[in-house]
Amino acid sequence: MRVNFTVNGRQQEADDVWEGESLLYVLRERLGLPGSKNACEQGECGSCTVRLDGVPVCSCLVAAGQVEGREVVTVEGLADFAKQRAEHGGCATGACGTPGGSGTSLDEAKQWAAKGHDSQTGEGGELSSIQQAFIDAGAVQCGFCTPGLLVAADEMLERTPNPTDADIREALSGNLCRCTGYEKIMDAVRLAAARQSEAV
Amino acid sequence: MGTTGTPTNITQGSKTKGGIGESTLRPDGTLKVTGEFAYSSDMWHEDMLWGQILRSTVAHAEIVSIDTSEALAQPGVYAVMTYDDLPTEVKNYGLEIQDTPVLAHGKVRHHGEPVAIVAADHPETARRAAAKIKVEYKELPVITDEASATAPDAILIHEGRDDHHIGHVPHPNIVHRQPIIRGNVEEAAKKADFIVKGEYTFGMQDQAFLGPESGLAVPSEDGGVELYIATQWLHSDLKQIAPVLGLPEDKVRMTLSGVGGAFGGREDLSMQIHACLLALRTGKPVKIVYNRFESFFGHVHRHPAKLSYEHGATKDGKLTHLKARIVLDGGAYASASPAVVGNASSLGAGPYVVDNVDIEAIALYTNNPPCGAMRGFGAVQACFAYEAQMDKLADAVGMDRVAFRQLNAMEQGTIMPTGQAVDSPAPVAELLRRVKAMPLPPEQQWLAAGEAADVRQLPGGLSNTTHGEGVVRGVGYAVGIKNVGFSEGFDDYSTAKVRMEVVGGEPVATVHTAMAEVGQGGVTVHAQIARTELGVTHVTIHPADTQVGSAGSTSASRQTYVTGGAVKNSCELVREKVLELGRRKFGTYHPAWATAELLLEGGKVVTDGGEVLADLADVLEGEAVEVEAEWRHRPTEPFDLRTGQGFGHVQYTFAAHRAVVEVDTELGLVKVIELACAQDVGKALNPLSVIGQIQGGTTQGLGVAVMEEIIVDPKTAKVRNPSFTDYLIPTILDTPTIPVDVLELADDHAPYGLRGIGEAPTLSSTPAVLAAIRNATGLELNRTPVRPEHLTGTA
Repeated sequence: MRVNFTVNGRQQEADDVWEGESLLYVLRERLGLPGSKNACEQGECGSCTVRLDGVPVCSCLVAAGQVEGREVVTVEGLADFAKQRAEHGGCATGACGTPGGSGTSLDEAKQWAAKGHDSQTGEGGELSSIQQAFIDAGAVQCGFCTPGLLVAADEMLERTPNPTDADIREALSGNLCRCTGYEKIMDAVRLAAARQSEAV
Repeated sequence: MGTTGTPTNITQGSKTKGGIGESTLRPDGTLKVTGEFAYSSDMWHEDMLWGQILRSTVAHAEIVSIDTSEALAQPGVYAVMTYDDLPTEVKNYGLEIQDTPVLAHGKVRHHGEPVAIVAADHPETARRAAAKIKVEYKELPVITDEASATAPDAILIHEGRDDHHIGHVPHPNIVHRQPIIRGNVEEAAKKADFIVKGEYTFGMQDQAFLGPESGLAVPSEDGGVELYIATQWLHSDLKQIAPVLGLPEDKVRMTLSGVGGAFGGREDLSMQIHACLLALRTGKPVKIVYNRFESFFGHVHRHPAKLSYEHGATKDGKLTHLKARIVLDGGAYASASPAVVGNASSLGAGPYVVDNVDIEAIALYTNNPPCGAMRGFGAVQACFAYEAQMDKLADAVGMDRVAFRQLNAMEQGTIMPTGQAVDSPAPVAELLRRVKAMPLPPEQQWLAAGEAADVRQLPGGLSNTTHGEGVVRGVGYAVGIKNVGFSEGFDDYSTAKVRMEVVGGEPVATVHTAMAEVGQGGVTVHAQIARTELGVTHVTIHPADTQVGSAGSTSASRQTYVTGGAVKNSCELVREKVLELGRRKFGTYHPAWATAELLLEGGKVVTDGGEVLADLADVLEGEAVEVEAEWRHRPTEPFDLRTGQGFGHVQYTFAAHRAVVEVDTELGLVKVIELACAQDVGKALNPLSVIGQIQGGTTQGLGVAVMEEIIVDPKTAKVRNPSFTDYLIPTILDTPTIPVDVLELADDHAPYGLRGIGEAPTLSSTPAVLAAIRNATGLELNRTPVRPEHLTGTA
């Protein structure tokens, strides 16, 4: 089958999709967006977290066909998504945090499009505050959980700009990390929140 | 960071920005937060096929027949291979003992053993084709414990063993046995006023790295193969892969891909040979990616163990003797079992002075899942037992538990049970003092936010099972000892190639090693070392591959010590050459070139008095200086097979924990409130990364204290919980704050005085949590992990 949807602000068309394929598989293997990780394929680890019409989901549990006509944001588009949100009063697409969407038109969605980074150096674009905070706080070790955590943490900060520690832990409890013991991840989210509130 | 600075032997000033001791940031950080970092599972190649492994559905059976015809007939399937298709006479592999079949031959010895492999044009096609392979098994009785393994009529897991351990083991189903005998335990026991005995059980833990086993094999025009792989040791893989493929090692070109964690689970091969076989058979690139289910079968686990301990103490609290027996279940194949036995036995007494010791450790061959390396490597299981013993002894003597440990704590100069003198700082008592001195978290912290209980802070969490009723607090302490580096006489060297040249008018250093960066931050540290030693700002880390000599394994807390040491050494050799070059070019301009001690700092050649002699860019103009050199730590020796005596370990490393838990005694639910750690790191080359390692290791120890265990059915030896739904690892809600106090007491034998750090925190974390739960509940709790039924008495 063919699936048409928007990924990181760009219209995408995936052909020859087998009905059993997940959104994660289509992103990784058909659209060349391997940033979302496959660590458990059963919705337990959160490594594949993306935003579907603004809502964080485990893309391994979303059938590819379900995303027809919908909007997906992956870690590859996170920086531009966050930038767009900052420029539009806290919401990149108009559908932030509202399950089912709130009638965002495709034209509105197309107002932003992720530019991407150089695949060798990672340079070429600004990082979002949560991405920069993960680097600065030492929240990245092997990094396999990082994309999913970034998408989840960014969404939490969008909803809850000044989270308590308990808020952070609750929001990120669906994302497993095996390297860090989570302390530096806590530091990173606190840092991103503090920097955001300073910037406002 | 609460450090105690001590002078360390920094050879070359540290004035260059970004050198050692600074918390420089990861060079791969940006790639990892943008999703651009290429992990082994992200590899892609045009015309790529997907490989799939068919694994045994039973634990112990003869293979009567394998029929691959239906699988081969599936559209999209390019190859199906079994044992009969292996190209050479080398059909087994293994880290130390080559007892592991690439594909099962005649027999399967554990649940999930590879039997056949398939290559197809879509992963689902490959999966479905593998399911169509018909394997007929004739099941055999399963061997699952010491009694069944060593019974007189026990089936031998491996017939006709000819490895170098068979001569000294009491039964062919025992992989290796190591006694450690010192003093006279029988005589010493007579002087004990108190004798404490305990039987302990340690469950099977999984590394549960998040990036499942994966890689891409690409056949090359010269008949060789390129393998992009996530591993802990490229050259060890290479040695095992090439003979099976029938290729010389230089035709198997390996490049490290992004590694999504390791923790010991990538020391053994997984899909490496299978991907290469399929690529060479089909002439096409083949990618294999395990899913989580398969990953639980695709790598070895931490040895589950039964430990019997007897300690004695005098009435004034001094240890008299230790008698211990440690039985490790190695499962169906040897993997790292012999070395794990060496660690469990030689470190079995813990960080304590005890002059009369009789320890025996063995590893079994059984039909359980193979077990091998995991962070802590044999020392973890022993620490769980001896720390439980210390609490019992302290109680028997009537002493404070921490004071009792401090009274018996080893220090520099202590003789280990192996006869080895501890010849660098061993601040065991000090670490305990520090961890005890940290402020305790407030009582009833779930009320911190206001009058109503925040259930997220309580046992049971958002399940809303208590608002504080039935919740009791406990505090527990533990301390452990781990060795650093490969022990027992192993030639544990690393290689580093360092190049210095001018690029764009700037002096640039390139560091090339085969070190597997698995997340630990070795790449960060290598760049820091190069900056410190070569005085440059720009350091390029070359991708790790087999085009440079071995860097040894990213395990045993050894990489910063050994490959870091190799990078330092090669940098020093490069520096000498650069200075020679400078003398040749500019020596006549200033007498200091001939007379002064010269350093490279801030991109310049300077005297030790700080006078600038030349720009490195001018010295290196038109030249490139390159050195590839091996570096070795001081040699160790094997343990005597009868007495266990010997200078077996390079370095020891210590950490202490204090755990604070709250237990809902009605439901048996535990919440760890805080897990404080104090550790001596010798010298923190990158303080941020050091703390990250300590917190990560601590959390893995927490996991096996209260939730993590691979459950193997004792009747069938089949794994019952191969998923993240059923094998639980700590989430951010399960993990408490982990305050860390870092001590830096230099080890003069080590580069910069550093101490390997990755594993020690995994040891003492578990027994500290157990001690805290015992403290809260009054229960004896002789097994880990603790499950609710153990706390409610319904087990």
